[in-house]
Amino acid sequence: MKGAQTDDIPATRLTVPVARRDHIQGPLDAPVTLLEYGDYECPACGQAFPMIKAVQERLGDTLCFAYRHFPLTNVHPHSEHAAEAAEAAGAQGKFWMMHDILFENQDALEDEDLVRYAAALQLKARRLIAEVEAGAYATRLREDFMSGIRGGVNGTPTFFINGIRYDGARALSALLEAVTVPPVG
Amino acid sequence: MTTHQSELNGFAKGWISYDLRPLEKLIKTNMMADQLTQQQQQQSRSRKSKALSGGTRAPDFTLRSTPDQFVSLSEFRGQPVVLAFYPADWSPVCGDEMALFNEVLPEFQNLGAELVGISVDGAWCHAAFARDRKLHFPLLADFEPKGEVARQYGVYRDGEGVSERALFVIDAEGIIYWSYVSPVGVNPGANGVLSALEDLENKKAAKESEPKELKETR
Repeated sequence: MKGAQTDDIPATRLTVPVARRDHIQGPLDAPVTLLEYGDYECPACGQAFPMIKAVQERLGDTLCFAYRHFPLTNVHPHSEHAAEAAEAAGAQGKFWMMHDILFENQDALEDEDLVRYAAALQLKARRLIAEVEAGAYATRLREDFMSGIRGGVNGTPTFFINGIRYDGARALSALLEAVTVPPVG
Repeated sequence: MTTHQSELNGFAKGWISYDLRPLEKLIKTNMMADQLTQQQQQQSRSRKSKALSGGTRAPDFTLRSTPDQFVSLSEFRGQPVVLAFYPADWSPVCGDEMALFNEVLPEFQNLGAELVGISVDGAWCHAAFARDRKLHFPLLADFEPKGEVARQYGVYRDGEGVSERALFVIDAEGIIYWSYVSPVGVNPGANGVLSALEDLENKKAAKESEPKELKETR
């Protein structure tokens, strides 16, 4: 059997393009699409959170921001339930509100905290926690995760700008520069 | 007259010869250092090509997986196995790489493969690291003789005493199917491994369907 070439470079291009299935903010056909693979318990994602807000503010309607889950569940024991809670809130029409609360409260992601946030967002808290406990969105989370793996996501946060992995600095200035002159995907 | 002045005078007259030997020695040393750096650079460039590549029989080994257990490569015969060499337990990127592979492990297993991590750390260190990161696959200690297995696979970093960050996908017959050496500070991700394992699955499926077709045509 002939072996594969040594030194094949793993892909760093998005294999599953941002689409209706995704949680997005901004028009799907915006000239710039910024996709984040994130984990609600990852400190670096927490640091990136206000940067994304700033980028969104700066670019307005010319930006489509999308978020996919990439929980490292073994090192971040709360990440899976947090992602499930965001999806469960999404099922009740409030994905982004829960998303923001989770990133703003990374040190309080116990199940009781999730119930509190559900109540604060006036969601059906009992339904939300039942879904979280049942892992109702496990398939969706795995899809997100594997789409990341196949696209070259090796940790969090990983950003794709118009489908190409962003390998620059995790600083607002660098990110702004990258989205202002986005590569053609 | 000071020595300095006498030297100057001598120099002006052209008859003093300075002892240039120390200078020559210095220049020589510098040139040697330059050559050495070039050699090192070449070595680091050629490192990738030193790693055993696809089509090579995977050297067998037996390494400690826990303080009182051993794992041999030959035990995996009959199924693909992924060898993930990494420089050290606990260093940040390694943690990320092993943490990532830990999450992808079910996909590897869906493709019929097993995963082992290998570094020069000892079994007790591995045990603490695996417990801390909740790893669900064995870490093998390439500890004594140090780095012996990494050397056999062409991924030992001489002078640094650790292995490269290298991946090998070995097929069910014990032949290396795919290998990849990543820059030491870069997490290679799992995509390359998954693609290689899928290739192997497809080839296996094609092989299995071949005799059937033959039977049908007979």
